[in-house]
Amino acid sequence: MRNTNRNGLRLIIYIVLSAGFVSAMAMAMIKPAQPNSDEKNMVTVNDEKTNPADNKANAEKKREEESQAAFLEAYKVFMHPRCMNCHPSGDVPLVGDDSQLHPQGVKRGPFGKGLYALKCSNCHQAEHVPGEHMPPGNDRWKLPAANQKMVFQGKTPAQLAMHFKDSKFTGFKDFKEDLVHHVEFDPLVLSGWTYGTPPPLTHAGFVAKVKEWIAKGAVIP
Amino acid sequence: MINLKVNGKSYEVDVDPTMPILWVLRDELGLMGTKFGCGAAQCGACIVHLDGDGIRSCVSPVSRAEGKEIVTIEGLDPALQKPLEQAWIQEEVPQCGYCQSGQIMAAAILLREKPNPTDSDIDDAMTGNICRCGTYPRIRKAIHVAAQLKSKK
Repeated sequence: MRNTNRNGLRLIIYIVLSAGFVSAMAMAMIKPAQPNSDEKNMVTVNDEKTNPADNKANAEKKREEESQAAFLEAYKVFMHPRCMNCHPSGDVPLVGDDSQLHPQGVKRGPFGKGLYALKCSNCHQAEHVPGEHMPPGNDRWKLPAANQKMVFQGKTPAQLAMHFKDSKFTGFKDFKEDLVHHVEFDPLVLSGWTYGTPPPLTHAGFVAKVKEWIAKGAVIP
Repeated sequence: MINLKVNGKSYEVDVDPTMPILWVLRDELGLMGTKFGCGAAQCGACIVHLDGDGIRSCVSPVSRAEGKEIVTIEGLDPALQKPLEQAWIQEEVPQCGYCQSGQIMAAAILLREKPNPTDSDIDDAMTGNICRCGTYPRIRKAIHVAAQLKSKK
């Protein structure tokens, strides 16, 4: 009788222990629940409260990246033949979508207006001459003057951005104000969208990118 | 009607304002010294002076010349024309001669702006004028001679 009671008690203990083991294993195999988005936000809010310096740094980094990205977009226009052809590395202007040296051996001259019987305005008149391969026109047609050549050709984005901030390169008194004015209103810049293959951005889009680059710190890419 | 002043004379021509100056000179005014070469401002055969600048008359609409003075090879200032002509004869520059009007009009601008040009100056000034006979060495020599003749007068 006594042995029978003991065996029953052991059986009950085994059953309880086995059930507990199985439950524990099952719990361990279940993947822990992910916090929902609200919970994540709560964590972030808590971080802001705890790390304002880090968040300021993140915002600053984002602004710098946006400034650089804006310049890289504008750079596509600066280096497009409609812009770069008049900012050559040598003293001969470039022509065409493949930026070949200007035929007729035209040269910059001291004022950027050509030399002798090869002055820019001799052929480049106030309006485009109609027809293929005819001289495009603008009554201010010229290269930058010899004492301030403002070379774009061959410049990396970083080099060009640094040049724009250098008054010795541009001659601008206030590079931010003067650069925006140049790209937004200079008739020669505007004429780049009136003949041949146009630059990859609209003029308005180009101006917006230059403004964004400057507004967000004119960061060198 | 378009009012023109050519070689010191006034003209009134009834032409389309977009007609090239070259056509007006040759077909309307009978001034045949200026030549048609390429019709695309590439060769320099059609150079005339417009208020002193060496424009390419084949791509310049006649409306461009209103209120200004055109000078062609027929009306070049004797102070430039005589030494250039003498030098051109002395050095026997022309072969077929077709481009020579444009060459002389370009050379005249060079001598006016640079009375004693170097070889490099001559190259810079004359490189836009094509000569199918290849008279370039003689042109360069003649310009040096013309500069000397001009300075003696």
